[in-house]
Amino acid sequence: MTSLHPADWNPDTARAIVDAHAGLDGPLLPILRAIQAAFGCVPKAAIPFLAQALNLTRAEVHGAVSFYHDFRDAPAGRRLVRLCRAEACQAMGGEARAAGLLARLRLAWGETTADGAVTVEPVYCLGLCAVAPAALVDGEPLGRLDARRLAAALGAA
Amino acid sequence: MTRVFVPRDAAALAVGADAVARAFAAQGAEVVRTGSRGLVWLEPLVEIETPAGRAAYGPVTPADAAAILAGGHHPLALGDIERYPWLAGQTRLTFARCGVVDPLVPPGFAGLDRAREIGPDAVIETINRSGLRGRGGAGFPVGVKWKTAREAAGDLKYIVCNADEGDSGTFADRMLMEGDPFLLIEGMAIAAFAVGAARGFIYSRSEYPHANATMARALEIAHGDGLLGSFNIELRVGAGAYVCGEETALLESLEGRRGQVRAKPPLPAHRGLFGRPTIVNNVLSLAAAPWILQHGAAAYAALGTGRSRGTKPIQLAGNVARPGLYEAPFGLTLGQIVHDIGGGTATGRPVRAVQCGGPLGAYFPPALFDTPYDYEAFAARDGLIGHGGVVVFDDSVDMAAQARFALEFCGLESCGKCTPCRLGSKRGVEVMDRIRAGREVAANLALVEDLCETLKFGSLCALGGFTPYPVMSAIRHFPEDFAAPVTAAEPVG
Repeated sequence: MTSLHPADWNPDTARAIVDAHAGLDGPLLPILRAIQAAFGCVPKAAIPFLAQALNLTRAEVHGAVSFYHDFRDAPAGRRLVRLCRAEACQAMGGEARAAGLLARLRLAWGETTADGAVTVEPVYCLGLCAVAPAALVDGEPLGRLDARRLAAALGAA
Repeated sequence: MTRVFVPRDAAALAVGADAVARAFAAQGAEVVRTGSRGLVWLEPLVEIETPAGRAAYGPVTPADAAAILAGGHHPLALGDIERYPWLAGQTRLTFARCGVVDPLVPPGFAGLDRAREIGPDAVIETINRSGLRGRGGAGFPVGVKWKTAREAAGDLKYIVCNADEGDSGTFADRMLMEGDPFLLIEGMAIAAFAVGAARGFIYSRSEYPHANATMARALEIAHGDGLLGSFNIELRVGAGAYVCGEETALLESLEGRRGQVRAKPPLPAHRGLFGRPTIVNNVLSLAAAPWILQHGAAAYAALGTGRSRGTKPIQLAGNVARPGLYEAPFGLTLGQIVHDIGGGTATGRPVRAVQCGGPLGAYFPPALFDTPYDYEAFAARDGLIGHGGVVVFDDSVDMAAQARFALEFCGLESCGKCTPCRLGSKRGVEVMDRIRAGREVAANLALVEDLCETLKFGSLCALGGFTPYPVMSAIRHFPEDFAAPVTAAEPVG
């Protein structure tokens, strides 16, 4: 998940995260998720740091970071909209809804508004298919989306 | 004080259940948060405890709270929801408690108690005789998998629950984790007892924050109360990779690597997580075990049709009037599911296509609505039931766009191991764009068909192997959408 208050890279914070996961088998993913929760992204400096701390190669850490869609290299905007683009939402007009929002904010998928207020990301299924079209806005589910509900959720953004 | 039951299922929250709960609390009611009954078009669906039983109302807004509590006739009144035809027509085994109980109050583990009485071999024999097959989609006999892991040599074995429910149109795993997490925990404990596993993992999705929070809390309670003995279950959350729903990619991800598919053999039951014998079962497979143990294999096997025994939680979604979760024995026809249960489209326009089994499932036209809902009957018509998703489209759908999307999705989510999936999906999107532009349609259709053959036979897992289902079914059943240049519609990606 992304943090709404991203912090600068801090090796002490990262060390504490690694230590807190020391007892886990296969700890890399939980650690990366915690790093992103703390810093708003997986900073570049985290890759050699984690490689060293976990006795992995940089390629192994970078490979995992780059494989998973969730991990970002820069923090998201203050509001994060994850709009579902999968079939059930398509069947209920989700693509038109998404196009409307992106046009209003002048964004392409995955981009953040210039003022850092909103990031809009695609997601492929939130399990909210029975209230399609659906989104997660800052982690809160939103269904039966129309332009009005989407605008209300984003406030003035 | 009047007790009021308000769901906190994510789908109910998505349409305002929290505000409804607050409104009832503000009116002085005692609010109990439950899972969802699965009648999602009626969410937020609220139930009021009365001397005559629970009385349901839906879809409720905060403004309705006072009038509902005041009693008397209310336009949103549904009466006893268990007598409501949509619910009364179901056979709820796995979802019997979902939407009824507080999900964080541990129930008794009658199935696990029974398992301990009869011993591991008899548990596996019971699961075998029940006919239970993998509910994730592949339909592999669960008892055979358990027996293989039981017989595998090794002092440490794992139970891995695949809760990476990525298929569009499916939400049963999410609903169960939010509405009855202890059923899954009990099922995993039964599996662990049967195969002699000491540790368990639940691999869920980052797209399911509410399910994960409920599941994590339930695990804390189960471990804190000593409900599982020495068996330990850990919840792990993925990071947005559809392919990690494939069992070997899931194991790679659990070990902390890129979610790349492994070649089989070795089977995970022989050499799985960290090289140890491992059971990987879907949420619904594991959650079926407690009922089977408690009520016996024969009772479970008495339900269903052909080689598809027991019940299947069908998830109806997309453009459908009554979306939700409908648990029923195998054997309903697709037409019954879409029309009788689903009520046709939400838009009121004619049904044109139904995608069954997620993004890798085939599109069925109404002409095939006599197909019975069972593994073999769907396979015989070049389709699959998969995890039980049924996504309805009305007549505004452009099937060439849907075929293009299937290839695009394959490319987005490919783990990159197999060339046909990694590259073929990209080339497939380009060929589909040429078809949609009306360029050399016949030759390009032949190329797509050839590509689909390569994907089908040249991929290690179902992502590449099954992408041909939506693509080829769209071409076969809806050829008119591939015949003429498309001018209006925008490509999906």
